[in-house]
Amino acid sequence: MAAVETFYDVIRRQGVTRRSFTKFCSLTAASLGLGSTGAARIANALETNERTPVIWMHGLECTCCSESFIRSAHPLVKDVVLSMISLDYDDTIMAAAGHQAEAILEETKQKYKGKYILAVEGNPPLNEDGMFCIDGGRPFVEKLKWMAEDAMAVIAWGACASWGCVQAAKPNPTRATPIDKVIYDKPIIKVPGCPPIAEVMTGVVTYITTFGRLPELDRQGRPKMFYSQRIHDKCYRRPHFDAGQFVEQWDDESARKGHCLYKMGCKGPTTYNACSTVRWNGGVSFPIQSGHGCIGCSEEGFWDKGPFYERLTNIHQFGVEKTADEIGMAAAGAVGVAVAAHAAATAVKRIMSKDQDH
Amino acid sequence: MTQQSTSQDQAAPAAGAGVQTPNGFKLDNSGKRIVVDPVTRIEGHLRVEVNVDSDNVIRNAVSTGTMWRGIEVILKNRDPRDAWAFTERICGVCTGTHALTSVRAVEDALGITIPDNANSIRNIMQLTLQTHDHLVHFYHLHALDWVDVVSALSADPKETSALAQSISSWPLSSPGYFKDLQTRLKKFVESGQLGPFKNGYWGSKAYRLPPEANLMAVAHYLEALDFQKEIVKIHTIFGGKNPHPNWLVGGVPCAINIDGTGAVGAINIERLNLVKSIIDQTIEFIDKVYIPDVMAIGSFYKDWLYGGGLSGKSVLSYGDVPERANDYSDKSLLLPRGAIINGNLSEVHPVDHRDSHEIQEFVTHSWYKYGDETKGLHPWDGVTDPHFELGPNAKGTKTNIVELDESGKYSWIKAPRWRGHAMEVGPLARWVIGYAQGKPEFKEPVEKVLHDLGLPVSALFSTLGRTAARALEAQWAAYQERHFFEKLMANIKAGDLSTANVDKWEPQHWPKETKGVGFTEAPRGALAHWIKIKDGKIDNYQCVVPTTWNGSPRDPAGNIGAFEASLMDTPMVDPAQPLEILRTLHSFDPCLACSTHVMSEDGQEMTRVQVR
Repeated sequence: MAAVETFYDVIRRQGVTRRSFTKFCSLTAASLGLGSTGAARIANALETNERTPVIWMHGLECTCCSESFIRSAHPLVKDVVLSMISLDYDDTIMAAAGHQAEAILEETKQKYKGKYILAVEGNPPLNEDGMFCIDGGRPFVEKLKWMAEDAMAVIAWGACASWGCVQAAKPNPTRATPIDKVIYDKPIIKVPGCPPIAEVMTGVVTYITTFGRLPELDRQGRPKMFYSQRIHDKCYRRPHFDAGQFVEQWDDESARKGHCLYKMGCKGPTTYNACSTVRWNGGVSFPIQSGHGCIGCSEEGFWDKGPFYERLTNIHQFGVEKTADEIGMAAAGAVGVAVAAHAAATAVKRIMSKDQDH
Repeated sequence: MTQQSTSQDQAAPAAGAGVQTPNGFKLDNSGKRIVVDPVTRIEGHLRVEVNVDSDNVIRNAVSTGTMWRGIEVILKNRDPRDAWAFTERICGVCTGTHALTSVRAVEDALGITIPDNANSIRNIMQLTLQTHDHLVHFYHLHALDWVDVVSALSADPKETSALAQSISSWPLSSPGYFKDLQTRLKKFVESGQLGPFKNGYWGSKAYRLPPEANLMAVAHYLEALDFQKEIVKIHTIFGGKNPHPNWLVGGVPCAINIDGTGAVGAINIERLNLVKSIIDQTIEFIDKVYIPDVMAIGSFYKDWLYGGGLSGKSVLSYGDVPERANDYSDKSLLLPRGAIINGNLSEVHPVDHRDSHEIQEFVTHSWYKYGDETKGLHPWDGVTDPHFELGPNAKGTKTNIVELDESGKYSWIKAPRWRGHAMEVGPLARWVIGYAQGKPEFKEPVEKVLHDLGLPVSALFSTLGRTAARALEAQWAAYQERHFFEKLMANIKAGDLSTANVDKWEPQHWPKETKGVGFTEAPRGALAHWIKIKDGKIDNYQCVVPTTWNGSPRDPAGNIGAFEASLMDTPMVDPAQPLEILRTLHSFDPCLACSTHVMSEDGQEMTRVQVR
């Protein structure tokens, strides 16, 4: 058997020079505050370590997160799976089944104790003793907890694992429960969205395997690099909001001109995600660009925040919505007012999102 | 080890020598019971238990959906215009098709018509899904049942190249290309970290391809993985993202702007050119890679013709892809509609979703409650009331099921029936119906495949037939995408830019009480949603999905569903390596993602011992 191919081997094979590799190690060490000896330690680790094992499990879900993951363009998911991580268990794509598949879980737990990443798509239902999601004749929640015991960290893929998503919408008949409500003693990275953007998913994975640490998270457990700005902040239709140019009904002249979808119920102003920057499917578009308002799919409980086509009324009491309406009717000329109104809305939403942060 | 499963476990009256089902299968559960739970390379959660006789031939099959999410319950009292988004999340794989079904149901209930452009764009999106889903299914969920990845390491790249060039003009076929790929694969395998290929059944004698064909297939597995992400960009252009693009009651959300100013995001000539380019690439990939691969791989498995199940008896299709907007008559639907029962191909019955005697769902063997469980309910009057309870002869406990009791309730899937018949749905059903109707676009490709493989028509009713029908359908769908693209362009050229009808957008234009039905052909088969609306809110919503048809448990009369039927009488090489079960189940493209355990004959799980 040939020697184990390390991370270093892989990147050398992909054309990274020794020089760039050393530089990368120094920068990483510096960012971690480890000084020059740290760089050598990192280099040594990357030259000798195996690829990080990833165990990907599925609870109550629709598999949209897996489907999104395989859409990644940079890096290609093929390269992630063959070169960057070792996706040793994923029931959606793995060749093995039966006890051959289960043996991988056992082996990973023992051989890579504390060193593997547990990726979870979907969530466990707790009603009916967990038997709304049966895995091997047992409640899924048991298998989930068992594999989490020895994991280094848990990635909660998508809105199901992060918040509960559609099956947890009222009245949540199965008592579908987010991952952080059943696993308490491991770092949990939430990557919300229904599904998350492919490049955000591979970005999180490659960040961890490349830098050997978890990305910085916000108070809700989401990587700040992708979730610290609202879609509205970088929306390409934003100038139309500021100018008071709104779509008033589907397929009207404003819709054809690409005006703001706020009045059609767009949740971009209250949704934290990278859709308006990274965009979808290799940067081709994102929901607002293609004419439909954002439905807020990366926000907690978005299914129960009123109909999707109702404009954001939860900011009523501050008069912002009224202001936006008036601006819309007043058409151009009132740009300054619109900007001011928008600044107010931003401040309000900041306060409101703090309330949600708890 | 003692043999646990005997005929007395079967509470059915005719236990002992076996039970004859009304739909023509002889069930005998006296042999060894093999449990496969969950099954990998599918979407959702599925458990299968089979009994094999002393020759390891399957003599009884029990299929069980092991997940319930309650979306129909959650939809109650919500805005009908939002329903597409909820139901779209039923499946992120056949993404969008539930949304389309939902907007059709709501439009039917509210009497909303859609513009021609919206019909063309919806069809392009639905056909895009068909091509994408079929391609990913074949290469990433099904191929490893036929292709031995490790065997590819011993291939001669020159011979692989010769093979590839003999079956297709696809350019990635030089000896150097396959050599490089083989080197990469070798390094990967030698790393000792096999990732998703770990612990596969490599080397099993059930695999029949020579190393050269295996190497070619592995190359295309990876190429298809790269390419599939391109196909879905059509959804991104019209619906903003994939998975889960956006839809709209009354049309489509993307506006068209060909000559006006502004509108970076509206559909303009750049966006249309991108759609066209993707359609062209899709056609090329399917013509030059997918179809030749299915034929090449199929030629090595010509005698593995198990798995027909219900396909030669009772098949059902609702039809889809309306040529003309708002016309859902048989004449307008390009995918055929109809039902064939008891193998009589000379008669294709009409299907009416509104007739309460046609489609009914039963829960006698499902984990739900009805007032009278001997009767079926039409979906407009459907009830979804969960009730988990194992049958009296189940082994294990409530939260540790060792063996199910199929005489009691045993699945989270209801049992839909068409006029009392269990039906198979999906690509094979659609192509059998198109074939039976004598439609040349279905009949001719089927006859060509059979001719090229030297097989009789009866070979169509098999696992292989199901896989081949899916490939033919992907090809058909890709060319239909081009047709609807051209239609859209002609319409725009003629000055019609309309994409949505908003006349009845506001609830004040809706009747106080109304109901509707929307139907499509999802990649996996016949799909319909039934909605009742009262006072502007959803009063009842029922979805009968393809895998409900195919994966249904038994009904009160004892008819078995398509999965169960397809596994019957299949010989297994080694029940500890359930390749044959996976092969046939995967040919349906089940929509129930999960993983698998196998139990030994005494009911003790082989896996559980090692795991817990």
